[in-house]
Amino acid sequence: MQEIEKKEKKPLIVAFCCNWCSYAGADLAGSSRLSYPAEVKIIKVPCSCRVNPIFILKAFQRGADGVILCGCHPGDCHYSEGNYRTRRRMGLLFSMLNYLGIEKERTRIEWVSAAEGAKFSAVMNDFAKTINELGENRRLEDLRCKD
Amino acid sequence: MQGLEKLMLERATALLQSGEVDRVIGWKRGESYYDNSPATFTKDNLEGFVYNGFCGANLSKYLVAESKKEGKMLVFLKPCDTYSFNQLLSEHRIEREKFHVIGIGCNGHLDINKVYAEGVEGILSMTEDEDNLIVETVYGEKRVEKEKVLLVKCETCKSKEFAVADETLVVGEMKPAKSNRFDVVKELEAMTEEQRYAFWKAQLSKCIRCNACRNVCPACTCINCVFDNNASGIAGKANSDEFEEKLYHIVRAYHVAGRCTDCGECSRVCPQNIPLHLINRKFIKDINENYGEYQAGAEVNARNPLVNYTKTDVEASEVVDGGDK
Amino acid sequence: MLKISLANVNKLYDAISAEYPLYLPVEKAGEVNYSYYEEGAKVRLDVLKTVKSPKDCFFPQSENLMKFKVEGQKIELIDVREEAKPFVIMGVRACDFKAFDVLDRVFLVDPLDTYYQTKREAGIIITHACGKVEESCFCKSFGIDPVNPLGDVTVWTDSESLYWRANSEKGEALTKKLSSLFTSDNGERVAEQQAKVNEIYAKLPLAGLTTESFSNGDMMELFNSDKWQKLSEACLGCGTCTFVCPTCQCFDIREFVTNSGVTRFRCWDSCMCSDFTKTAGGQPRTTQMQRYRQRFMHKLVYFPKNNEGVYSCVGCGRCVKKCPQGLNIVKVIKEFGGKQDA
Repeated sequence: MQEIEKKEKKPLIVAFCCNWCSYAGADLAGSSRLSYPAEVKIIKVPCSCRVNPIFILKAFQRGADGVILCGCHPGDCHYSEGNYRTRRRMGLLFSMLNYLGIEKERTRIEWVSAAEGAKFSAVMNDFAKTINELGENRRLEDLRCKD
Repeated sequence: MQGLEKLMLERATALLQSGEVDRVIGWKRGESYYDNSPATFTKDNLEGFVYNGFCGANLSKYLVAESKKEGKMLVFLKPCDTYSFNQLLSEHRIEREKFHVIGIGCNGHLDINKVYAEGVEGILSMTEDEDNLIVETVYGEKRVEKEKVLLVKCETCKSKEFAVADETLVVGEMKPAKSNRFDVVKELEAMTEEQRYAFWKAQLSKCIRCNACRNVCPACTCINCVFDNNASGIAGKANSDEFEEKLYHIVRAYHVAGRCTDCGECSRVCPQNIPLHLINRKFIKDINENYGEYQAGAEVNARNPLVNYTKTDVEASEVVDGGDK
Repeated sequence: MLKISLANVNKLYDAISAEYPLYLPVEKAGEVNYSYYEEGAKVRLDVLKTVKSPKDCFFPQSENLMKFKVEGQKIELIDVREEAKPFVIMGVRACDFKAFDVLDRVFLVDPLDTYYQTKREAGIIITHACGKVEESCFCKSFGIDPVNPLGDVTVWTDSESLYWRANSEKGEALTKKLSSLFTSDNGERVAEQQAKVNEIYAKLPLAGLTTESFSNGDMMELFNSDKWQKLSEACLGCGTCTFVCPTCQCFDIREFVTNSGVTRFRCWDSCMCSDFTKTAGGQPRTTQMQRYRQRFMHKLVYFPKNNEGVYSCVGCGRCVKKCPQGLNIVKVIKEFGGKQDA
């Protein structure tokens, strides 16, 4: 049984979505019957700037093969400026991960509004395709977690 | 160097005698010429006061604790240390009026391990002149060019300006600062992902999690560090997995990003000589290239680029693709 | 005594590692530490002080103790201890070898530490006599002979050859397996080298260091001395000295939550850290001075009091070389009156 599970193991994608835009965008995708891959696991956060760099690292530690962060379009943040801060923080963090040799395709940031169900679906499909092609995360995995 | 030490001691004595300051922080002579330690002195006890080529330690971090004490303190800061002082002021970790800052001239400090690497063994005593270290060993006298045995942080000296000083003591002329501090970062950026991964894997796997890089860092002044806090969920104590090495070093450097003055203490203290400053410098380089030139500690109360933004900031993916790739 | 040319020394490593897993000083990313021998490894037998000491082979920095698998209400305990397989550790210096004796006095007394014991019994130790000494060395202050260490096998090296002497049954058995590699030697070169090293040692700055003030001193007087404050002033509270120390034996037990259970492991701890000795009831040592004092009182006073006068410092000098701020045990010994004849 375990053997079969292993063979069919699909990559795991963690998507941090802000409560006001992107999560609503995911909802809209659902109610519009637009599909996005089952391997995408959404974590709702109040604002994209709630995401601490440690969240991203821990997602990888616990088995994520890709992490995507979604927030309101710049200028549309429910808290006025949260996503502007996210943009700088994640710019530095993702650049650092790549500097340490982690594939740059594994991290992504996208702005998805509540009205963009179609975009949400397209972004997730595209990201899942990218991660599928990249394969399992080997460079930022924690072997202890797999015990 | 000895001339400067004499001037420093004279000023310290005068300021203590006049009562303008109550204590002095400087360096104390070790058992050998090269193992000086940071130390505090009082009016009655200035014994062992030293300033020679082996006083690379940045004294700023000690001021966080000293600032909580009564009275005023005289502090000797090399040009690069003054940036840390300003940064601590900006973060309200120290009080300006509690310190009398004397900026002291610096032509780079020396690394005893590099002296050993030059083939010097059995050291008995040392003296130095302008450009050379003259070492008396059990095998006879050896001369080592100082330029060859500079601390890593001094190889890429970022500034000879005093960002803060009530007075300065400089003997002769200081050699100019260098403009090469991002060279190695650029080399790493030019590598492939695989090469960078292999480079950092080899370097970080040496880490013994002694936390010296964190404890010496003048920007690391949290009362309880996330890595010491059992409730944080990431309080690892030893590297039991490759992931943990990366987690620690990314988070350590990220937490000081925008606040790191590039004083280079992290690399100086690393027992395994991991080039930790290259992680910090990558953040500095990314900030400079994407969000505007910024030198932490150059001005008091400047806005840290990580708690700032502009509406026209580049997207994260452009930062990742930027640099010298 | 046997010998093998240094030009052929790789054959010796290969032959040993064909029989047993072999650990020896290897340079990786510029630093030399004990590491598993693989073909092509950059072996640095010549280096006097590896960054981490070889205690890592018996008492690893991080070691799994047991695992728990959790399924619903069921918790299954998994023993992760493996049966002891013999291994060889080569290149151990006299000071580091003496440190194993110190560790034995902690881990091999009641209650027995089976994790340590298993590895200790499985280990075949090849010591390496010092062919040079550094100014940070002070092993003789603790009665250690740097040029004639014991262990299962002792080796000496000079610029041309490696000299080999078996000291124990384990060592004899190993030698037998490798005998085709060696030629015999009369030991003259070794004796010459020993005399030379002793001569240099006597000239070095720490040659006359003694610890009498600690063995004869009054414990409470030492403890209450106001010298500690000054001595510990620059201490950063990092763990460098304890983690490079061959005799420090304190550890912490922690748990790591995996994706399907829990792993309980132990890892080195340091009395220099602010959370050391912290319990639910509070923290008895609240200042860095107290922590600093504990480290040296333990090494120089408490440990010898409980162990027939054996100090838990072996004079390897790693802390002397590695302390970021130039603090070390030598300064402590001297401050309390350790003599300096040389």
